[in-house]
Amino acid sequence: MNIELRGITKRFGSLVANRDVNMDIRAGQVLGLLGENGAGKSTLMNVLCGLYRPNEGQILIDGKPVAFDGPGDAIAAGIGMVHQHFMLIPVFTVAENVVLGVEPTGPLDHLDLKKAREQVREINDTYGLEVDPDALIETLPVGIQQRVEIIKVLFRSAEVVIFDEPTAVLTPQEVEDFFKIVRGLRDDGKAIVFITHKLNEIIEIADRISVLRGGEIVGGGDPSEMTEAELAEMMVGRPVSFAVDKTPARPGEPLLEVRDLVVLRDNDDIAVNHVSMTIHRGEVVGIAGVQGNGQTPLVEALTGLRQVAGGEVRFKGEDITHAGARKRHQLGFAHIPEDRQRTGLVPAFSIAENMVLDCYYDDRFSRGPNMLWKVVNETAARNAAEFDVRAPSVFEAVRKLSGGNQQKVIVARELSRDTEMLIAAQPTRGLDVGSIEYIHGRIMHARDEGDGVLIVSSELDEILALSDRILVMFEGRIVAEFDGATAEKSKVGLAMAGAVA
Amino acid sequence: MTYQDPTGKLSEKLLDRAAPDRAAFEDLVIVPLFAVVVALILGALTMLATNVDLATIGKSYVALLNGSVGSLNAISETLTAAAPLTLAGLGLALGFRAGLFNIGAEGQILVGGMATVIVGFSFPGMPAAIHLPLALLAGAVAGGLYASIAGWLRAATGAHEVISTIMLNLISYRLIDYMLRLPFIQREGRADPVSKSVLESAELPRLLSFIDPNLRVHAGIFLMFAAVAAVYWLLFRTRLGFEFRTSGESPDAARYAGMRAGLLIVLVMGLAGALAGLAGANQVLGVLGRATPGFSAGIGFDAISVALLGRSHPIGVLLAGLLFGALEAGGRQMQVDAGVSIDLIGIIQALIIVFIAAPLLVRALFPWGFSKLTKTSKE
Repeated sequence: MNIELRGITKRFGSLVANRDVNMDIRAGQVLGLLGENGAGKSTLMNVLCGLYRPNEGQILIDGKPVAFDGPGDAIAAGIGMVHQHFMLIPVFTVAENVVLGVEPTGPLDHLDLKKAREQVREINDTYGLEVDPDALIETLPVGIQQRVEIIKVLFRSAEVVIFDEPTAVLTPQEVEDFFKIVRGLRDDGKAIVFITHKLNEIIEIADRISVLRGGEIVGGGDPSEMTEAELAEMMVGRPVSFAVDKTPARPGEPLLEVRDLVVLRDNDDIAVNHVSMTIHRGEVVGIAGVQGNGQTPLVEALTGLRQVAGGEVRFKGEDITHAGARKRHQLGFAHIPEDRQRTGLVPAFSIAENMVLDCYYDDRFSRGPNMLWKVVNETAARNAAEFDVRAPSVFEAVRKLSGGNQQKVIVARELSRDTEMLIAAQPTRGLDVGSIEYIHGRIMHARDEGDGVLIVSSELDEILALSDRILVMFEGRIVAEFDGATAEKSKVGLAMAGAVA
Repeated sequence: MTYQDPTGKLSEKLLDRAAPDRAAFEDLVIVPLFAVVVALILGALTMLATNVDLATIGKSYVALLNGSVGSLNAISETLTAAAPLTLAGLGLALGFRAGLFNIGAEGQILVGGMATVIVGFSFPGMPAAIHLPLALLAGAVAGGLYASIAGWLRAATGAHEVISTIMLNLISYRLIDYMLRLPFIQREGRADPVSKSVLESAELPRLLSFIDPNLRVHAGIFLMFAAVAAVYWLLFRTRLGFEFRTSGESPDAARYAGMRAGLLIVLVMGLAGALAGLAGANQVLGVLGRATPGFSAGIGFDAISVALLGRSHPIGVLLAGLLFGALEAGGRQMQVDAGVSIDLIGIIQALIIVFIAAPLLVRALFPWGFSKLTKTSKE
């Protein structure tokens, strides 16, 4: 099945999300759709899935124009989408999730799960997916859950499969397996659309590439004839440097010493299991690991947000094991938290208010019981300008900013002070290339000023690009250490999966 | 890479305040306005459905207007009714801002009012300049302490404040019943539970009795305006207010910022209770002159509506309090002039709240007058 998009324009009020987009999706090919956040990728795919109706333009399936009145029409036409955030019910089995909404039923609405299981097995065998139809979703790793989403789409006899940022949640090894599945689908004659902002992946998997910027197709072609740099320039609209501007580290004296740290989860499971490490001045230590291996509790413990169950944390020789968040902040800790919307910012507050979220009590910003809002606003404006936060004014609610600008507000707040220790968790998750480049530059800048830096990221490329030393965390332990300059991606990836060399 | 602001111009530009958003203006002004209109229309339909003829309906709405703003006496009644609603509503708004859903204003009014009455009938011979502030203070402190129980339970044990404040309401009813029969509180020679009367030195003085002794408006309205200003200052100008608002908007962000959640909860509840206690003091010192069982008369529950209608903003709460005061005063007139039940006012109040709570419904009913909502503006 081939799909053509002809002159698709989608407007929201005065905002044009897609302008005159032409695109061919062909059977037996992987079309890579590349673009920054907010470039209009999701809008375009929602048009294709029948969620939005385009203001102008046409969708042609095998040459015949169609109009979708809703997602049901698109599914009936054979278009299926695997969303970035899975839509599965954790306490249901694989088979139950797959048939959800199109359950095979017998007389008196009897649910025929046996038939469902057989059909899941059939799809399994055809594409080598290896998913147990009777397993509960909540017991499955993320990579397998994604396969369940794929089965769901195939079960509804999709001929066109759209993947929205499919690799964001996978380990490097899982990405390999995932690519094999995608190639299998392609060779079977399915048309694939692969949405991403990761350049190396799109070059590896796509047969053709289209690049969206500002809602328009700005280029594309055959990946074998294109370089990452060219694609990035197309995507961002200016040349982008990938190599983080990094001088050799000159580690100084030990700054943060962690010995035998034990941290428990809320349910009293051990999250961090006797971890020891030392972070020196002027070095970046990166913690690599698949999400959920104890990185979050580790960061929470180090920043004073979670009680330590055992072990010791020393900062410049002083015992701070049980110090609270504010105390650490005053000692010169800067913390970029992993969930900027939930923890790092108050979305309904203005940029100015967010800019002083953890230093509002400072003498500069308050006198007696009163806040000095004038000083706050001026400081916020200065920081926002210096840290490249793009916003109409500092009175704008942070909720209205793009993810990249929200993150820059946090970075500005945390790094505009005189800091000594920077702890950054997923500092660039979900951000566009331009913002990533900027934030990485800022982190290295902090290191070069003599800060100790601890980075936690599930993006292995980010860890490799920034770190002077890499620690790999698996099931609450540090299982491997690599030198940042010589570490090989494959070896770090293996350690992340628990295979200790 | 260098990180210098090339000139100071960019940061200056960032300090320009944008013109108020159209959507925000609609939400704050037009939606409540339409909600009132729709509620009045639906109120008329309700009357029609209960076999009230059109002439009476017309007459009752004229009476509603006359009774709330139509004369000096009407305005006096509106203000008298608005003061306790606004005071208690401010307390609740403070709680809402900090993420606490305090249902206990009713009990806090009773306990605060009771303490005020006790101080009010004791100390004969004390000059008014000391006696009145002391009585008010007693109400605020008692209401505050009573509410802090729920705050402390929440902070220390996680017991949800909705449950604990409702329970504290029930306790307060019986507590008042019991106290009103205590020999040193009960009025001499009375068998029913009525407290001694507040001494004149503790009364909130009537403001317009020189024009007409029947004008009930009293100095409590100054208390109301002062409280509006104080809560505005607290919420938007002080460090503590910033902490309240942060923990209300995002408890996680508040923790991350090193704010002490438990202490804040107790403080907010204490302040909310103090304001409700003042509302109680306002009633016993300005209107009732004594305490009887259930003298709070549901003000604590109406105040929830006032706080919600006012979007938990001090100015909004003031306007909502005035509106509810007007409805109450006008409603009484409606009953007298047109013989329509005062329950209808309750229905209209409830309808206003329904429409305020469902702005999308109002937008759907009145498609004109609103800028079209797009997906982007909703984000």
